[in-house]
Amino acid sequence: MSYIIDRRLNGKHKSTVNRQRFLDRYRRHIREAVNDAVGRRSIQDMEQGERITIPQKDLSEPIFHHGSGGRRNVVHPGNKEFQQGDRVKKPSGGEGGAGGQQAGDSGDGEDEFAFQIDPREFLNFLFEDLELPNLVKRHLEGARSFHLRHGGIVSHGIPAKVNIVRSMRQASMRRRALSAASRKRLRALKAEHEELLQQDQSPQRRERLAELEEQIAKLQRRLERIPFLDEVDLRYNHHVKVPRPVSRAVMFCIMDVSGSMNQDMKDLAKRFFLLLYLFLQRNYEHTEVVFIRHHTSAKEVTEEEFFYSRETGGTIVSSALKLTLDIIKERYPVDEWNLYGAQASDGDNWNDDSPGCASLLEKELLPRMQHFSYVEVMPRSHQALWDQYQGVMERNGDFFSMAQIDAPGDIYPVFRQLFRKRMEAV
Amino acid sequence: MTVTESKLLSTGSDWDFETLDRYDRAIAGLAHGKYGLDTYPNQIEVISSEQMMDAYSSVGMPVGYNHWSFGKQFVEVEGRYRRGQMGLAYEIVINSNPCIAYLMEENTITMQALVIAHASYGHNSFFKGNYLFKTWTDASAIIDYLVFARHYIAECEQRHGVAAVEEILDSCHALMNYGVDRYKRPTPISAMEEKRRQREREEVLRQQVSELWKTFPDLRPATQRREPNFRYPAEPQENLLYFLEKNAPLLEPWQRELIRIVRKMAQYFYPQRQTKVMNEGWATFWHYTLLHDLYDNGQVSDGFMLEFLQNHSQVIYQPPFDSPYYSGINPYALGFAMFTDIRRICERPTDEDRLWFPDIAGSDWLATLKFAMESFKDESFIQQFLSPRLIREFKLFSLFDDNERDYIEIDAIHDERGYKIIRNKLSEQYNLSIQEPNIQVYDADVRGDRSLTLQHIRQHHRPLDEKSSREVLRHLYRLWGFEVHLESVDNGTVVERLSIPDL
Repeated sequence: MSYIIDRRLNGKHKSTVNRQRFLDRYRRHIREAVNDAVGRRSIQDMEQGERITIPQKDLSEPIFHHGSGGRRNVVHPGNKEFQQGDRVKKPSGGEGGAGGQQAGDSGDGEDEFAFQIDPREFLNFLFEDLELPNLVKRHLEGARSFHLRHGGIVSHGIPAKVNIVRSMRQASMRRRALSAASRKRLRALKAEHEELLQQDQSPQRRERLAELEEQIAKLQRRLERIPFLDEVDLRYNHHVKVPRPVSRAVMFCIMDVSGSMNQDMKDLAKRFFLLLYLFLQRNYEHTEVVFIRHHTSAKEVTEEEFFYSRETGGTIVSSALKLTLDIIKERYPVDEWNLYGAQASDGDNWNDDSPGCASLLEKELLPRMQHFSYVEVMPRSHQALWDQYQGVMERNGDFFSMAQIDAPGDIYPVFRQLFRKRMEAV
Repeated sequence: MTVTESKLLSTGSDWDFETLDRYDRAIAGLAHGKYGLDTYPNQIEVISSEQMMDAYSSVGMPVGYNHWSFGKQFVEVEGRYRRGQMGLAYEIVINSNPCIAYLMEENTITMQALVIAHASYGHNSFFKGNYLFKTWTDASAIIDYLVFARHYIAECEQRHGVAAVEEILDSCHALMNYGVDRYKRPTPISAMEEKRRQREREEVLRQQVSELWKTFPDLRPATQRREPNFRYPAEPQENLLYFLEKNAPLLEPWQRELIRIVRKMAQYFYPQRQTKVMNEGWATFWHYTLLHDLYDNGQVSDGFMLEFLQNHSQVIYQPPFDSPYYSGINPYALGFAMFTDIRRICERPTDEDRLWFPDIAGSDWLATLKFAMESFKDESFIQQFLSPRLIREFKLFSLFDDNERDYIEIDAIHDERGYKIIRNKLSEQYNLSIQEPNIQVYDADVRGDRSLTLQHIRQHHRPLDEKSSREVLRHLYRLWGFEVHLESVDNGTVVERLSIPDL
């Protein structure tokens, strides 16, 4: 008798746990591959999976097996020309030999083991061990989102929430307390009764016995009248509504688009912003991005414009910082939003503007922001802006960081350095 | 059955559950009725290709415990499948009662019929009939045991951490091939009993330290005065995992239990490793025979048959040794050819066959075939039934390689002088105890530094692969907890010695 069963609707991902274990085990290799990938990728496909290769030797599951050498016999099919007693010169290179196939296995054919990880896993590895600096402000969004939390035990409530264990415990305590005196007395009377029964019976004693029996019966009736469960015993689980804080973040991307920034530099800057954006998205339920670009004057633009259109002109960095400040004041109340700023520039600025930038940043922006990072995409000596910002960093190390990026390969290391988990923060 | 109407079981290549059922009945009718195959009840499960990949990567166990190596297998299979380098196997069949076979939903009805005949009647009857499976595996208990193992390991992971469990399993997997009793026969026990015994073992171990390490000097003066060359174990032990489970000094009860679980798995798969050629040959022979019968009865169409034959001939293709596709002898090809050949010898024996197989030439082919299936494993099956005709057909030849000579000798080909040599050599090639290095526990220094010494007895002077041996020794060291030595013995003298930790 056969049973034919349709199992197609059963779970498909029986191997997920095993797969995860495997990924955990080869974390180091995967991290390397991910690091490589970040430098290689264009902006659009940052959020894709990645092909990972691991050298076969690192994956080995060793077993005892024969090595080369000794005497061995192998039978193969498909003889064409050999006669018994023929001798064939061994292929040079040691290994070879009759066990042609086995030699292949044990030889140094160092195959690579390749597989795909999906986008989510890719980002997990990408941002592993990274964390956003500084405290996270959470905005209480009152009635719109809350969750129920256990709020202790109360003596009033609806039947559905009766806490049976606690109620029974209460009842047991009450019964014991109310009956304690009677039970003690009952024990004494019973003992006396018992004792009298053992002795010879006289009228006096008989009278006493009857008296005792009556008292015992009375006491027992009293004990029975104590209710097993009373209304006062009932205890109820209590739940309270706790508003769920919602964390929101806004990120200001500030990029210099002046004539001195060529396409390569902009590309570097964009990659950096993109990483930061992906990272913020993972950390906050709700992330907004404000794109600001500037040459001599700053302008808020759309993502499309920000990344893909071109402009030229001189450079006044402070214009962008001012615009940022205005937008914060106008749209993002500091007590409701987590604010992050990232600025990318080639460091070119009108010299008398730089000190202004530093003080604007330090006095107005940093106190409002969670963190501000500055990257300079320029493989050459620094200018006034860098020096000024360096001063800012010395005074506000926790809220400000800066780094230099020369080539696409630098972006990810710099990014990691900026956001690595800070132990002292824990 | 009405004669005027078409007897075809199906038309077109699509299938549904009714068609599957019709085919199953038709095939079952032939297998049980005409040929008298004895099978477990069948449970045929239709699954998707993703589920097939899952099943694939858990070594065909329907419920497996969690381990990274299965994950590795999964990503490997998944990747190859996605890139189209590999078709998934058409079927996976599990030696259990009822016998579970998986069909993939993507396959055509021809393939489904092939798989039903192959797995649900071919493999199934092999599992039920072959002596190795009968003695070594308990088809009705295996699923329960797997469930028990999975739960137990999950529980250990919770209690002791995933990493700690994984370590032990890694080490056990490395020694899995040495977790088999080759000669002792187990007695089958139920899963409930297994669970009870496990608790009992744990309890006993908790209460007392292993007898082996009780070396209080004053309590047992007699044992102190034993012969100085007293050795433990008294006889070398081939089942390394069993020895470790019972004797490793520092393992916790749960760790011993993990070793035991891996050991049981190894034991369960041991018959399969010894009967690849027979098992596949038998199943292939029956799908070929059964589907041809369907065709002869007019129950399947010409188109069905062509598709079937194309698949069948792919399965049994044996590339010659110099072909780029050659990767050893194809067990399907050899097994199928041998069973077909036995039938031929019974039905139409030649003079040569009468000389070589006087017992079976001209006998009842079905009885002979069943006898062959029931009473042999690959090694002895080849030794017994490989005919000169097949050796000629496969053009088998034997190479002899001695590392002391700079040439390879062809010591036998498919001719009169070579038949017997080739048969012996080929049979030896399927003998696991020759193919796997012979390694046994030789000495556990229980009164001294507690070091463990293994001996590898070299056959044909073949050494061990040093790199992997060192790795395995490291695993062994993890389980044993004290120094581990591996001596390689050739002609009675120790020629090589590996030690972990390396001194």
